[in-house]
Amino acid sequence: MTKIGVLGLQGAVREHIRSLEANGVEGIVIKRVEQLQDIDGLILPGGESTTMRRLIDKYEFLKPLQQYAKSGKPMYGTCAGLIMLAKHIEGSDFGHLQVMDVTVERNAFGRQVASFEAELNIKGIADKYEAVFIRAPYIVEASDAVEVLATYDGKIVAAQQGTLLASAFHPELTDDHRFTGHFVKMVEESKKTLAS
Amino acid sequence: MSTTGTDRVKRGMAEMQKGGVIMDVVNAEQAKIAEEAGAVAVMALERVPADIRAAGGVARMADPTIVEEVMNAVSIPVMAKARIGHIVEARVLEAMGVDYIDESEVLTPADEVFHIKKDDYTVPFVCGCRNIGEATRRIAEGASMLRTKGEPGTGNIVEAVRHMREVQSQIRQVVNMSEDELMTFARDHGAPYQLLFQIKEEGRLPVVNFAAGGIATPADAALMMQLGADGVFVGSGIFKSNNPKQFARSIVEATTHYDDYKLIGELSKGLGTPMKGIEMSTLSPESRMQDRSE
Repeated sequence: MTKIGVLGLQGAVREHIRSLEANGVEGIVIKRVEQLQDIDGLILPGGESTTMRRLIDKYEFLKPLQQYAKSGKPMYGTCAGLIMLAKHIEGSDFGHLQVMDVTVERNAFGRQVASFEAELNIKGIADKYEAVFIRAPYIVEASDAVEVLATYDGKIVAAQQGTLLASAFHPELTDDHRFTGHFVKMVEESKKTLAS
Repeated sequence: MSTTGTDRVKRGMAEMQKGGVIMDVVNAEQAKIAEEAGAVAVMALERVPADIRAAGGVARMADPTIVEEVMNAVSIPVMAKARIGHIVEARVLEAMGVDYIDESEVLTPADEVFHIKKDDYTVPFVCGCRNIGEATRRIAEGASMLRTKGEPGTGNIVEAVRHMREVQSQIRQVVNMSEDELMTFARDHGAPYQLLFQIKEEGRLPVVNFAAGGIATPADAALMMQLGADGVFVGSGIFKSNNPKQFARSIVEATTHYDDYKLIGELSKGLGTPMKGIEMSTLSPESRMQDRSE
């Protein structure tokens, strides 16, 4: 069975596990570096990116996660997870994993009172998709290597670069499992490629 | 077309805080220490609960200057407290753009009968609870997040433990109950029937439930996580200890790895003195904050 990990240092971990199970794969909470060997793909969940980064540093996850992203096994970041993947963060000299060719802006739609739901069309994945944005970032700039999957109000809110997938919204908070399903497909395809 | 202030957006915000620590702070400097230590949010206050207890008198919403100062100092979410039933304090905090309002028994209640109708607001609310009746009544009023009341400002975990155990045990009762027993349970606990029905179906509360009120050490935080808390609030425990930076970091780590005893042992070494704390039997009935609302 395909096994997909959810980085479980902080954030909406249980919801991603539920969403993975709804897509017929096994979801595993990852709290230790060694566990990365057991999984075919990894989700970086939403939460507080500054908190996650502190725990990533404390438990020496940074290099292993960067290596994982380059290993050909897919990685998907939602909200704070997108910030973790991005090469650049607007207004900051620091980044986190810095593996995806995008620049993100944190809390780009404003504070919590501005958090919203909106209907999106996600290229080749889902039409009329209800997306939940919570103190969400968006992608300000993406290189040519990055495929834009969805925009909202002209801002990039979902994108893919090879085996890296990112969304500013939270697919795990709704019962529409199509976007997570797309990631599951990416993982299953990479499993075949890596096996051959 | 977009919609703000929906249940999914408000409850979802609390979901993102799970596994994290929310720390009480009284100024920008403390807020930065909390953020640096890995707090998922800060609660901006004029005084921490231990000082509110010591000061006596009427405790109100913090001076907006303090809330603003904290909001400008950090990029993590900022919460603030309004008095129970104080519609205007809550609206003022919402207008200032705070990320979450705690309708809190730590402040002196403005209304001894009614809570705020929280589903009218765009900003989400967190409320305290001691049992499933209080928990479901607050959710029905529109709370998007719960926390145990515990006994704030005491540094004594006993009441938070009591409240978390009570809520968890009552959830198990509801889940295992036959459907025809549910209405009588609803009547006995003053709990909205529909919410109990939902809890029975899903096996859990529809919103996250953090622990609060008396957490003073990394082991306290891990204890509450083991009892089923989704995360912890630490009020006086951090900035009333003699080494706030170290306490803050250690409590964050113990909350993440709450079942790693070796690690919690390491985290607890040489931490210095935690806040002194208060034994419950020495508290007079009128100084028990948890009894200020039902």
